[in-house]
Amino acid sequence: MLAPEQTWWKPMGRLEKTWLTVALVWCIFLTIMMPLWYFMGKQNVPTETYRTTPQDYAAKVNEFVATYQVGEENGVPIVAPPPGSDVYLRASTWQWYPILQLEKGKEYRLHVSSMDYNHGFSLQPVNINLQVVPGYDYVATITPTTTGEFTIVCNEYCFLGHHTMIGKIIVK
Amino acid sequence: MSALSPTFPWAAGAKDEYRACPVTTLKVDMHTERLVIANAVMAVVCLVLGGIAALLIALTRWQAIHLLDALWFYRLLTLHGIDMLVAWIVFFEMAGLHFGSTVLLNARHAAPKLAWLGFILMTVGGLMANFVVLFDTNSIVTFTAYVPMKAHPLFYLSYILFAVGALIAVITFFINIVVAKREKRFEGSLPLVVFGLMTAAILATYTLLEGAAAIVPAFFWSLGLMDLDPGIYRNFFWGFGHPAQQVNLAAMVAIWYALAQMTVGIRPLNEKFSRLAFILYLFFINLGSAHHLLVDPGLTFGWKAVNTSYAMYLAVLGSMMHAFSIPAAMEVALRAKGYRKGLFGWLRNGPWNEPGFGALVMSMILFGWIGGVTGVTIGTEQINMLAHNTLRLPGHFHATVVGGTTTAFMGFTYYVIPLIFRKELKLKKWATWQPYVFGFGTMLVSLGMITSGLQGVSRRNWDITFSGAIPGTVNLTLAILGIGALIAVAGGIMYVTVVLVSILTGPRLEASSLLLTAGTHNPLLESTKLTDQQMEDKQNQPRGTLVLVFAFLVWFAVYYLTNWWLLGRTWFIR
Repeated sequence: MLAPEQTWWKPMGRLEKTWLTVALVWCIFLTIMMPLWYFMGKQNVPTETYRTTPQDYAAKVNEFVATYQVGEENGVPIVAPPPGSDVYLRASTWQWYPILQLEKGKEYRLHVSSMDYNHGFSLQPVNINLQVVPGYDYVATITPTTTGEFTIVCNEYCFLGHHTMIGKIIVK
Repeated sequence: MSALSPTFPWAAGAKDEYRACPVTTLKVDMHTERLVIANAVMAVVCLVLGGIAALLIALTRWQAIHLLDALWFYRLLTLHGIDMLVAWIVFFEMAGLHFGSTVLLNARHAAPKLAWLGFILMTVGGLMANFVVLFDTNSIVTFTAYVPMKAHPLFYLSYILFAVGALIAVITFFINIVVAKREKRFEGSLPLVVFGLMTAAILATYTLLEGAAAIVPAFFWSLGLMDLDPGIYRNFFWGFGHPAQQVNLAAMVAIWYALAQMTVGIRPLNEKFSRLAFILYLFFINLGSAHHLLVDPGLTFGWKAVNTSYAMYLAVLGSMMHAFSIPAAMEVALRAKGYRKGLFGWLRNGPWNEPGFGALVMSMILFGWIGGVTGVTIGTEQINMLAHNTLRLPGHFHATVVGGTTTAFMGFTYYVIPLIFRKELKLKKWATWQPYVFGFGTMLVSLGMITSGLQGVSRRNWDITFSGAIPGTVNLTLAILGIGALIAVAGGIMYVTVVLVSILTGPRLEASSLLLTAGTHNPLLESTKLTDQQMEDKQNQPRGTLVLVFAFLVWFAVYYLTNWWLLGRTWFIR
């Protein structure tokens, strides 16, 4: 708290040097883990993104639903796209549209964008979370590894009905 | 001192007006005293407002109680964020900056009028934000106010007023230091605590400028005068939002050094080591704004990885250095007093009754062991996919900002009351217990949030359980959050009670001792400073601290690697 002596630039002690070295090595390890996983791991954050507008994106979603619809639940279409295809999911206050039906072990290009506010794509209980920003078509290449019914929760506050925004993905 | 003529135009009209503190022998500028009191009072007012909101929203997330309706939940959540994360902490920091740039340098406040202007703008902005959120339903946009969710223009204006006020107050800090140096109020380098506060002030300057880059366009956008890209807004907002918390970090570490000196009488082991750690904050910590954008569209892996890791975890290195140097200095000081038994005899014999010591220890444990470890982990690019916008995030920052910063600031307040308010501290027993109660409650809040978030519970959500997606065990973890909140609020009430009873009752009284419970010993006096022999004595070396930091590293590694394992079990995604 009080002023130091005039010359405080002194060599570090042995314990300080030890800890500084160990901490630095740990920091380097933390740094290496990310590129390592980027090249070796199977779960990486998607980066593929396109500019879009709500109108353009809504048109793509409608075309997608019209092509692959197989059923309906509470007024929301259930859509079963073929493996490897482009899958379009629309976020808007307060709905995920449509319900997707996918196959386990098959890869899909999942597009997601928002019609209005920011939304959060939170797939539960798989626990994959992505940010959905209006004006951006975000493409996640996903491969479901488990079967069952999964819930998409919106986890970005999108005004007062936020907690009612619940969607579904079915994996067979 | 008044013989020195002022060399700066803004300092021309300022009179030298001092009192000498009988305990510390420091000179206290009367402008500083009034500024510190005003800022501290506003800080506590905001703490009370935010605390009431905290209690009600925690009782809503506790499923068994689920108190508020959705509208009021989101409304009070917005208020809680503004009053706690910004208002309480920034007001307190401004008090700290005025204090550090004058009293600790034996200098005068060279720009009191400017400082008052800053204070008034902050107060108007803070109250206006509360008012707008309480009375305008459209302004329930939460603290982050992501464009294109449009709040009332006054909402953005309140942010701008507060930020401009804070920027002005920060500028007076720099003016004071320059004037003090010119007037030769101190010799050589800045004291370490002021050096830490200087780090906070520099971080605050560019943080507030980035805030302007986000909020000023949002203000014009809300008036319909311009377009604003939601992705760009997020980038600039977090250029403000995350570094603002790093300002808290730097200020808190400065307060840690101050508390350690006041309660244990430390002398930093190596000034170079500690100052280097602050310098690392200065250069690298701002990159952390990327922590909030890790799963955003439009950004590349390289950008995210470099930024989220503060270039190479160099700011984390800074924190790990402080995590060693502060307890190590405490260990040396306590060993020098004769507590040399075993590895931890010094720790057992610490002044646990002294509120500043209790607050320091709780703050360091919660900040490092919970806040730091979880923060680095969820701030890892890929692991963030498991954590983004889940309750793990508030779990992390309640450990840092509440358990760390707030506990430390509360502990420091108990010394501000006798030294600056010149009132006797009342309810000393309460003050002794308060950091432990508050810290324990905050720990439960944080752990409840983290364990809920691990199960997928999202933050900022009125009711997650009805979606059917979430396992029933979250009822248990959310109950831990609720119970923790009750305990933490009890600790908060203890704090406010001690402060109010002390400053509102009893006559003005010059302080008679620095410590509140441990007699008249005064570690701030030059004569009590540890000698070089004591610092270098083999018996006094901080072996216990080295064991503690290695234990910390093991826990860090276990938590971090477990999260990679969890990530490896989820769906394939790229």
